[in-house]
Amino acid sequence: MNTQEHAISHVHRDDIASRMGMWLFLFTELLLFGGMFFLYAVYRYMNAEAFHIAAKELNTLIGCFNTAILLTSSLTMALSIIAIQKDNRKLSIFFQLLTIVFALGFMINKYFEWTTKIHHGIFPGADVLLSRDSGEILFFGLYYVMTGLHGLHVIIGAVLIGVMTRLTAKGIINKDSFVKLEAAGLYWHLVDIIWIFLFPLFYLIT
Amino acid sequence: MSSDAIAIEHNGKEPSYLEYKGRGRGLKSWITSTDHKRIGILYLVSLLIFYAAGVTFGFLMRLELIAPGRTIMDAQTYNQIFTLHGVIMIFLFVIPGIPAVFGNFFLPILIGAKDVAFPRINLLSWYLFALGGIIAILSITLPGGSADTGWTFYIPYSVRSGTNVTYTLFAAFILGFSSILTGLNFVTTIHRMRAPGMTWFKMPLSIWSLYSTAWVQVLATPIIGITLLLVAVERWFGVGLFDPALGGDPVLYQHLFWIYSHPAVYIMILPAMGVISEVIPVFARRTIFGYKFIAFSSIGIALFGSLVWAHHMFTAGMSETGQFVFSILTFLVAIPSAIKVFNWTATLYKGSIELAPPLLYALGFIFLFSIGGFTGLFQGTLAVNMQIHDTSFIVAHFHYVMFGGTGFGIFTAMHYWLPKMFGRMYNHKTAKTAFWFLFVGFNTLYFPMFIMGWMGMPRRYYDYLPEYHIYHLISTIGSWILIIGLIIMFTNLIKSFKKGKPVTEQNIWGGETLEWQVPTPPPLENFEHIPTITESPYEYKQNDEPHLEEIK
Repeated sequence: MNTQEHAISHVHRDDIASRMGMWLFLFTELLLFGGMFFLYAVYRYMNAEAFHIAAKELNTLIGCFNTAILLTSSLTMALSIIAIQKDNRKLSIFFQLLTIVFALGFMINKYFEWTTKIHHGIFPGADVLLSRDSGEILFFGLYYVMTGLHGLHVIIGAVLIGVMTRLTAKGIINKDSFVKLEAAGLYWHLVDIIWIFLFPLFYLIT
Repeated sequence: MSSDAIAIEHNGKEPSYLEYKGRGRGLKSWITSTDHKRIGILYLVSLLIFYAAGVTFGFLMRLELIAPGRTIMDAQTYNQIFTLHGVIMIFLFVIPGIPAVFGNFFLPILIGAKDVAFPRINLLSWYLFALGGIIAILSITLPGGSADTGWTFYIPYSVRSGTNVTYTLFAAFILGFSSILTGLNFVTTIHRMRAPGMTWFKMPLSIWSLYSTAWVQVLATPIIGITLLLVAVERWFGVGLFDPALGGDPVLYQHLFWIYSHPAVYIMILPAMGVISEVIPVFARRTIFGYKFIAFSSIGIALFGSLVWAHHMFTAGMSETGQFVFSILTFLVAIPSAIKVFNWTATLYKGSIELAPPLLYALGFIFLFSIGGFTGLFQGTLAVNMQIHDTSFIVAHFHYVMFGGTGFGIFTAMHYWLPKMFGRMYNHKTAKTAFWFLFVGFNTLYFPMFIMGWMGMPRRYYDYLPEYHIYHLISTIGSWILIIGLIIMFTNLIKSFKKGKPVTEQNIWGGETLEWQVPTPPPLENFEHIPTITESPYEYKQNDEPHLEEIK
């Protein structure tokens, strides 16, 4: 930020580089979750029976509902980019806000899902859970850590889109310069795709 | 003040990056600067502060071991000190040593660019680095004291220990993030910002090694990030993912830890190899021998190095097939390293060698790194590994590689590039004196560890049997010689910033790479006009050599 006159003297803009940087960052995110998918795979292999029993306790309906919400939010995110490309700022802002609303909806569902589980005494360190088979302890440990970290990414993504909405309103993101919005979109699709894997692994494979 | 106004002030000459103030004055003009050169120097200064702390802890450990039994500290303090020594040296000195300091400063110049691809992310990575370092050091002062687990944070002890393990984990997590951002920046910069005409095979070899390193940084670091985070979660909530009492598997932790931490070894060594590949041809006045082999061996090291992690765990419980596979892969990874060593030696052969300080340190690197590399092969052999696992043989081995290798690589880079960065020359004679102190001290310090490790001296032990006394005594004396060498070397370098002979010539050592074609110290935007590259980076005018034949 030091040299504004420096910035004026040669405006360096390279959208391909920005996209490349974002993709590299997404690789790191995938590997971050990759470590946990690795743990899941090993523990599922070691405790197939217990994972089977534990998975039945998760509410598939809420899971399905959340999956639908996230998939739709990916659509609205993509639409907001198309809107800005067509120079329709208002529509783009509308779709971005809609994406944030979906993100909030997802988190509210998650909140109720978690609190119900915690109410039943199923959380790390709880006596009810500790009295069960160690495979089930691992299943719920992974469940909380993986969906928790994913939830954190949903929140970060929503904040990021909020910032983009502000930049769009200010006109910094516009028809000719929307690489920031694209990057935020890529991040949001990543959040989506991680859920696409989490959902079957925890809710559907019973 | 616009840059034009400054240019006029300096008689039409572009001001150097040191003179150019940007916004604010003094410290502010440094810590808010997105200039890759200033960020490089921010890293250099913070790095040296952390290094001083790391050396002090190492010195205290050696002092404790000078005689059997308690000497100057109790066992708990000893455990905390070797943990701090490891964490600081690895995460705060060796990993960022060359990429963050010299990579930041010279990568854009060497490829003919004005800056890195994301200058603000570059500054952010320094802030994260400083934050991580401060958290790691501050954890000493908090109640409970700093972590006592060793830098590997092995479970289950790291979950049970009452010390501030969480702070150290968090510090390492932040430092990892800083490292990722640097790597991401470098990959993008190298792909997108090379000067016209600089094809992949016209890049200097240090860029190849920084490129390979950057990929490892991007791809491996997230794994340690999540692993350390999981240990912290384990400490906070008792989730049980690694806790055998709850069904978890501690060996899985070790796998996840080494999946990053072995490639991290190559994050540490590859950039140093890059520096050596720059220095050798300059002082031998010869084109580097086997350019493509050295370039591809960097990629090869990055690839194979990512597949050998379990050789740290041969005694931790693994199938025989697993042991066999990881042992084979470990031998394979030695090949690209050896290719480099052979090519450097071949470059020196029949060169017009000028034994200037940078070359002296580079030769030190080759010698010590070779010993480190060969002893690494001993350890990759399954049967031998059973004998020397977790002994001071291992400690000696990785100090030969990390200190004798990367450490000497950093010293080489300092003697090679600091005059360019500051426009001041250090005293050559003192630099050479320092080298011999370092070299002799280093071998006196670490070689006895090979012997006692072979005899069975375990690593990380605070006390030992009397039969090891003589080796520990020699080793401790070595540490004093080494530290004298460090003091001489750093005093010489730091003194040169103020009192050294000013250097104004562009090409201080007669190198052929781009940094020697810009003013000393470089101006804010490095190049007045982005150069067009037509020659490969080590085209020494051997065309002049036919003179010899003419004489005949």
